Amino acid sequence: MWKRDESVKPATPPAQTPAAMPSAPVAAAPAASEPRTQLGRDNVNIGKSVIIKGELSGSEDLTIEGHVEGRIDLKDNVLTIGPNGKIKAEVFAKAVVVLGEVTGNVTASEKVDIRDNGSVDGDIASPRVAIAEGAHFRGAVDMQRAGAKAQAKPATPAVGQAQPQAQKVGA
Amino acid sequence: MADARSLTDLFGILGPRRVGEKAAVVDPSVASATEASYPTKALQKFLAGLQGADNPLLLDLGPVVGSNVTFFGEQLGCRIRVEDVADDLDRHVREGKLEQLPEFFAKRFTQEPGSVDGILCWDILDYLDRPAAQALATALCRLLKPDGCLLGLFSTAETPGQIYTKYVVVDESTLRYRTYPALRQRQRSLLNGDIIKLFKDLRVTDSFLMKSKLREMLFRKPAPRA
Repeated sequence: MWKRDESVKPATPPAQTPAAMPSAPVAAAPAASEPRTQLGRDNVNIGKSVIIKGELSGSEDLTIEGHVEGRIDLKDNVLTIGPNGKIKAEVFAKAVVVLGEVTGNVTASEKVDIRDNGSVDGDIASPRVAIAEGAHFRGAVDMQRAGAKAQAKPATPAVGQAQPQAQKVGA
Repeated sequence: MADARSLTDLFGILGPRRVGEKAAVVDPSVASATEASYPTKALQKFLAGLQGADNPLLLDLGPVVGSNVTFFGEQLGCRIRVEDVADDLDRHVREGKLEQLPEFFAKRFTQEPGSVDGILCWDILDYLDRPAAQALATALCRLLKPDGCLLGLFSTAETPGQIYTKYVVVDESTLRYRTYPALRQRQRSLLNGDIIKLFKDLRVTDSFLMKSKLREMLFRKPAPRA
């Protein structure tokens, strides 16, 4: 079963990281606080006290615990909205994990995952979407994918793919 | 001393849980505030009715069930809009404005008329007074595309207590009924004729009376005559 603490921790152990500061992880951060690299080599953490207004883009995985308003563009990377994160923005990423609050449309090329207590108020476009029991979601989901029609077939064979999600939600 | 019972022993004590076997069908009155799985016949026909549509738009009137979103998205590659009408109803009960529900439903949905391919109505109509149920049904008929499908569930028995049911899709032939507290109980059991009158602009294509004491009905909007 998924544990919140683990999800916001970086993937790599602390000892490996000092030399791995990303050069320009955030394009439009205010002068108030520099986004700090937290431990992981390719995982940047925007802390609780940070407020960003504008466009945020980068090429590293990003965890946001602060507030962001505007637009977030991480097309090839994973964006995690931590439990304290509050986003009012259009979001584009490879995968988006939501444990905090998002107001705005979310587009992911791989997956959107709204975890328990996560909240999304906006439309989601992604080939895979998981919404946990206890999560809040208000909006529309577009799971259209390339070749969707070609794959559309009598439902039975695909059911097995959906069942793990059902088990997870029921957990 | 440690208990020597194995997991197999425990499952043996709990008994079989397979859907389709008689032992798995729990009396809903007993299962209130719990969950149980039941067979469904209308769901696969509903899915079949939408298979031909290109990127169909699906409207789900129940609360958000993540696995349902995943299921329908993967099966149909569709757009899903979740509009929790039970939440609307609870809000009106809380505010003492039930008499305003018909007017509310007439303006509730922002989608273009004739833009929705499929509607999962579930059993929400059982909880509404006649005028509100008619207003909701009329609004849904307006939203449906010609040839669009609507799946409705209607209780045929009294349900004690104030509970809603989340219908969690397990697979195309199984639904898990998961109850949760409501601010209003089911108002009455609608008869076949009542239901057909509510959806007078739609055609009933299938109707199944299930052992779970629900009537599953599938409607389709007739295509306009050339």
